[in-house]
Amino acid sequence: MAKQNALPKETERKVRLAEIAAGPARFDRLIHERLRLGIVSALAANESLSFSELKKLLQTTDGNLSVHARKLEEAQYIQCTKSFENRLPKTEYKLTAAGRRALERYLDHMEALIRAMRDR
Amino acid sequence: MATVRPIRSSPPPPVPLDSHAMDNLQYIRETMERAASFTAVPGVGGIAIGCTALAAAAIAARRHDLASWLVVWLAEGLLAWTIGFAGSALKSRRVHMPLLSGPGRKFLLGLAPPLVVGGLLTLALFQAGMGAPLPGIWLLLYGAGMLTGGAASVRVVPLMGACFMAVGAAALFLPPEWGNVMLAAGFGGIHIVFGTIITVKYGG
Repeated sequence: MAKQNALPKETERKVRLAEIAAGPARFDRLIHERLRLGIVSALAANESLSFSELKKLLQTTDGNLSVHARKLEEAQYIQCTKSFENRLPKTEYKLTAAGRRALERYLDHMEALIRAMRDR
Repeated sequence: MATVRPIRSSPPPPVPLDSHAMDNLQYIRETMERAASFTAVPGVGGIAIGCTALAAAAIAARRHDLASWLVVWLAEGLLAWTIGFAGSALKSRRVHMPLLSGPGRKFLLGLAPPLVVGGLLTLALFQAGMGAPLPGIWLLLYGAGMLTGGAASVRVVPLMGACFMAVGAAALFLPPEWGNVMLAAGFGGIHIVFGTIITVKYGG
């Protein structure tokens, strides 16, 4: 009797895990990458950050940061404004509403994964 | 004849999905905490300032002449500065960021001019024997400084400034007896409420 009850529960868990892992609409590969996740997280805690602040914060190189920031910019997750400060170029990044939603979705996704694995 | 062997040896055991997810959440949390140093506003320090302001309001309420009332609040102002500065220094050291980098510097630069104006107005009004408008002026100027200085910070900082301005505006038009109550509500209440929010949401 107990085994009969356990079976649908196990199936339900598998279905849920499969949904979480496979759902392309819900799982965002773009911000899954470490550095991009770092950029989005750092900008979520700030109104805006400059290129050099982000570089220092995430302890990365110029090239690495600019490649990943551009990918996020292309997806319109972050907004980039270039200006001059004392004749030196300055790049400021801001999280867009779409970027904030993407991070929230990603957090939900991770929490759902943890819950699904814990329910085993 | 050569034997056929798989090129790759057996793959390493898979990392459980949930520990991966936990690791990701931890990384997001740590990055946000470090980035939050740019708020430059220490949450715990804010709560401490709020508590000292409540004590100052209780003491000041028993002082009936302008000079001794002013001494209590000026001492509180000095104490609050010390706590705020020490809090910011500790917070920036904890997250390995220089105290006066980026928004930290912008915050101080935005806050300083209104505070200087507040000091000058206090002196002038004290000489004229007018103590009644002081609570409103202090709260308004402090709020204005926080609103402009915190523009580069997380949204909660300028919002805190706007709350100070609202309490200050109310204090300006309420009867003078309300002065200590409004100062307690502003420098005490708002600091404690927002200090708690910053501590919980933006890492200390």
